[in-house]
Amino acid sequence: MIADQRRWERFTPRERLLRFTFYLVAVAAFVVSVQTVEVIPEFLYDAPEQVVDLFARMWPMDLKYYPKAVHAALIETLHIATLGTILSLGLALPVGILAARNVVPVTAINQFAKLVLVSSRSVNSLVWALLFVAVFGPGALAGTLAIAFRSIGFVGKLFGEALEEANRGPVEALTAAGAPWPSVFLKAYWPQVQPAFWSIALFRWDINIRESAVLGLVGAGGIGVALDTALTLLYWDQVAVVLATIFAVVILAEIIVTTIRSRII
Amino acid sequence: MSIVPAAPAAGRPNPFPVSWTTRAAWLGLAIYSVYAASLLDVTWERFVFGLGNGARFIGRMLPPAFTHMDLLWKGLAESLEIAIIATVFGIVLSLPVGLAASRNLMPIWVSWPARAFIALCRSFHPVIVAILFVKAVGFGAIAGILALIVASVGFIAKLFAEAIEEISLKQVEAVRATGASFMNVIFMAVVPQVLARFTGFATYQLDSNLRNSTMVGIVGGGGIGSTLFTAFQKFDYDFVLTILLAIIAIIFVGEILAGWVRKTFQ
Repeated sequence: MIADQRRWERFTPRERLLRFTFYLVAVAAFVVSVQTVEVIPEFLYDAPEQVVDLFARMWPMDLKYYPKAVHAALIETLHIATLGTILSLGLALPVGILAARNVVPVTAINQFAKLVLVSSRSVNSLVWALLFVAVFGPGALAGTLAIAFRSIGFVGKLFGEALEEANRGPVEALTAAGAPWPSVFLKAYWPQVQPAFWSIALFRWDINIRESAVLGLVGAGGIGVALDTALTLLYWDQVAVVLATIFAVVILAEIIVTTIRSRII
Repeated sequence: MSIVPAAPAAGRPNPFPVSWTTRAAWLGLAIYSVYAASLLDVTWERFVFGLGNGARFIGRMLPPAFTHMDLLWKGLAESLEIAIIATVFGIVLSLPVGLAASRNLMPIWVSWPARAFIALCRSFHPVIVAILFVKAVGFGAIAGILALIVASVGFIAKLFAEAIEEISLKQVEAVRATGASFMNVIFMAVVPQVLARFTGFATYQLDSNLRNSTMVGIVGGGGIGSTLFTAFQKFDYDFVLTILLAIIAIIFVGEILAGWVRKTFQ
């Protein structure tokens, strides 16, 4: 009898209503999307043949293409990714500081910094590359800036969040001792967020290696240029070489990042 | 970097010792930056020249043009459709793949191939995958959807497998001890432990797919990206700005919604 009167419920009615609304909206969005998306069925019928054809054209790979065009482009890609990451660290540091509510206790500035970070993240690196190619002309400069500007949002957001989690103790101690603002930042905040900072930087570098590989498609330098050339000329055996190279580099970068992370953190 | 008290009291060690390895690392970073910049032909003159160019560019972007709004809405709607469909299929596929890749529940001959598959999905940028799918299934939204499904599996399945590897095995043992079947163990012992994190990954991936769906169009994968790329090639920079603002707005809204969903499911 008592069990009937006091039943345990995992969610309040409000929570259940919210969840139900979410499921309803999700299913509705999916159904509407499937019904309205434009799919040309004729293209799908011969997809298996096209895939077989694709692999037949890719194999055997044209290995001579690697020393001819891919190697130099690969080195350029690595430099674009690394330099872009370094540049973004420099640019994201101040924005991240401005976004951290405990370091800069002015809501208007925090909101503005967050808007900058969201804008940087929303515009894709390829779109950034398009913009910078229009401004600086095709080449690695546009690619480096695209990588840097796309990374500001990512690095700045995570760095700001790391700053907000910093312990107040050392900050108060230094402020109480009369330390000027730069000292407070360098000796109280920085040692606390340094591991997070380098970890974010490595993580972003890994992502940037992947991203910089496609920037060449819009003319921003790197291995994507070699890919674009091979694609336009429909030399699929050369495309295969470029793809294999990208795959190898990405795996290598991931191994490097994992090794360094386990060492320093 | 050298904000050190001038004369530390005798006998007391300097609380902020100078680390020469750190300084050497900073110096190395600086030297590399200069070297790479010179290699990539990143010179000051080019930068200054570009700034003038950029001013003209921005001048042509302003004010944003609201002339082809039908194209904008069509592109945005298609991007949204691509993102939603790709996320749903990505989630559905990630569940079994992620489960198969978890090393604590699966034997090694299942988990190893699953992990290799996830690594393969992750290693290529969605745009490159989209290029291959455009060749396979032709131009249009379907190529974009397939490319983003691959990206979603690479991301969600990996994190899902990691989440499963971190669960407490006590509940699994308890459910197993009642004689439950394998599926019952999954649904009664594993899923409740990882559901909250899984919704987190899923909403993050919807966000990420939304961003990427604006980009697959550049190689023919449909969505607002194709509208953007066409506008760029026609030098309609004022319309480009409108599209960019629309993308930023939609992603901003998406981020708020994703935060709300995460709050509901925690």
